[in-house]
Amino acid sequence: MSQDIYVVIEHLRGQVADISYVLCAAARQLAAASGGQVVGVLLGHNVQGLAQDVAVDRLLVMDDPQLADFIPDRYQQALAGLLSAQAPRVTLFGDTSIGAELAGGLSVQLGWPLVSYCRSVRADDGRLLYISQLCGGKVMAEGEIPAPHALLAMVPGGFQAEQGKRTSPPPVETVASAAVGGRITLKQYIEPESGDVDISKEAILVSVGRGIQNADNIEMVQELAAALGGVVSASRPVVDQGWLPTTRLVGKSGKRVKPRLYLALGISGAPEHAEAITDSQTIIAVNTDASAPIFDIARYGTTLDLFDLVPALTEKVRQAKQ
Amino acid sequence: MHIVVPVKLVPDLVEELVIDASGCALDPDTLRLQLNEFDGHAIEQAILLKERGGGQVTVIAPDLEGVDDVLYTAAAKGADRLIKLCDHFGQAVNNHAMARAVAEVIKPLQPDLVLTGVQSHSDLDGSIGPLLAGYLAMPYVGYIAGVTLSDGRATVRKEYPGGLVAELEVTLPAVLGIQAADQPPRYVAFSRIRQAMKSATIEEQTVAALDTSGGPAVARMYKPEVAARATMLDGKPDEVADQLVALFRELGVL
Ligand SMILES: Cc1cc2nc3c(=O)[nH]c(=O)nc-3n(C[C@H](O)[C@H](O)[C@H](O)COP(=O)(O)OP(=O)(O)OC[C@H]3O[C@@H](n4cnc5c(N)ncnc54)[C@H](O)[C@@H]3O)c2cc1C
Repeated sequence: MSQDIYVVIEHLRGQVADISYVLCAAARQLAAASGGQVVGVLLGHNVQGLAQDVAVDRLLVMDDPQLADFIPDRYQQALAGLLSAQAPRVTLFGDTSIGAELAGGLSVQLGWPLVSYCRSVRADDGRLLYISQLCGGKVMAEGEIPAPHALLAMVPGGFQAEQGKRTSPPPVETVASAAVGGRITLKQYIEPESGDVDISKEAILVSVGRGIQNADNIEMVQELAAALGGVVSASRPVVDQGWLPTTRLVGKSGKRVKPRLYLALGISGAPEHAEAITDSQTIIAVNTDASAPIFDIARYGTTLDLFDLVPALTEKVRQAKQ
Repeated sequence: MHIVVPVKLVPDLVEELVIDASGCALDPDTLRLQLNEFDGHAIEQAILLKERGGGQVTVIAPDLEGVDDVLYTAAAKGADRLIKLCDHFGQAVNNHAMARAVAEVIKPLQPDLVLTGVQSHSDLDGSIGPLLAGYLAMPYVGYIAGVTLSDGRATVRKEYPGGLVAELEVTLPAVLGIQAADQPPRYVAFSRIRQAMKSATIEEQTVAALDTSGGPAVARMYKPEVAARATMLDGKPDEVADQLVALFRELGVL
């Protein structure tokens, strides 16, 4: 058994995902307390040169044509072999469409406990602790990271990506691949539709959530956005209902945005939404629930009913522009 | 085609969440439970697949407050068989324990497909799908919005950030974690749920003692300390609108 902290570096089509740096930042904290090293694990094909700036002490690269794309069962088998041989103290994954299913599958296969929704870690008297965010961010749970081995699936927010970067490339070791699979195959990638607007580049976003109730009410919000010279974006339920196109989706499965003004109407501020709006200059939230998590990240807020406020606001904005 | 959908009941986040006297769990007496949102999508996806290709849909839920409503609603939507898991479902249940228990109930059903919601907001020890797949020795793919079936295979659309989608083919039987059904979950009128209450039966199955190993212990539970909460604007709509216009000017967006 080792005291090392392993980090499964997540990447998609030649790009290291931001969460990988967050994992490295957390791993550094854990390794400082456990006395081990931070070891990155990079699975893929032709990935030389990738992940040269992750803050790890060593980078293990498993290069195999079978691992060229993320195929859950192959990746899981490859990692199971490596992790059971190396037996690290803690292994970190992103709580994402890649890491979450690997961590769950490996927890059963290796018999190692799993902590998910982990937002931060710390050490206390030599014990390693997790801090997880539950109930859409309304509750935090804290406890010991199980020993001797544990898997952690992390969400963003607790560490900055910058804290997990290094300037010189880490030493690289190649490891043999043990990828097997066969029950899951990749057919094709479907590119995101390119829309009329790119919400990640807009300066003013008027964003609507489930509080808008139905498709007909979207128009009211469009009028406000037009008056402000901005565009309408949305949370996931609005897009899933087909009230706005996917190109307008803000969040974990949509786009990260960084407008000067993010006006959130009837959006609760679930973690999957919140993580993508934290770079906004100013967030203003309208939500009838005073305890909605959106008010924790907004600079200004009101608990007025959006249906009362929006028409009045549109009118006032129009007047102000005259 | 036999599709099994094991679902979870989770706290309704609109209600205030109260931490119990032990300081390491939510107070069960004050919680209002509801169907995990993504499990609602899993049920919808199962019923859509049945409507397109025929088959049977079985919904499994733990015996917690509100479970009968959840099961009868699923029946009103088109589920054929309802199973309630009885006993032992107290506070301490985690997803590892649930997955082990559900796996034992699912095995004899020999399903072709198991659909779960991709996650729930109270999955401290990982979402149930990949754990269940592990115990059932089936492949798992999650974050799915879109499923079609043919020749013993499922073709699924797996979502990545930014709208990128991977189309994957999975050999059945398999467990899939549903993020969004092909169509939003349908609405059923209360009269149809009432009808289901009369015509459908809920089978009760007792599960063996729960094994919670694989999940972490919680030493402390608390509401997040917020660095800076929003400055709240009060007043009538007109007054708040005036304040907002002034703010927009300050921010240079007007
Ligand atoms: C893997 C995964 C990826 C996800 N990706 C995304 C993503 O990219 N983007 C995203 O947004 N979500 C995403 N989600 C979903 C996310 O978990 C939440 O379910 C979602 O963000 C909730 O949207 P909402 O805030 O609009 O709805 P709700 O959480 O239902 O909130 C609606 C809010 O409106 C308020 N409200 C109701 N009526 C009014 C009124 N009249 N006036 C004012 N306020 C009102 C309510 O108080 C409530 O707070 C993802 C989930 C998963 C599992």
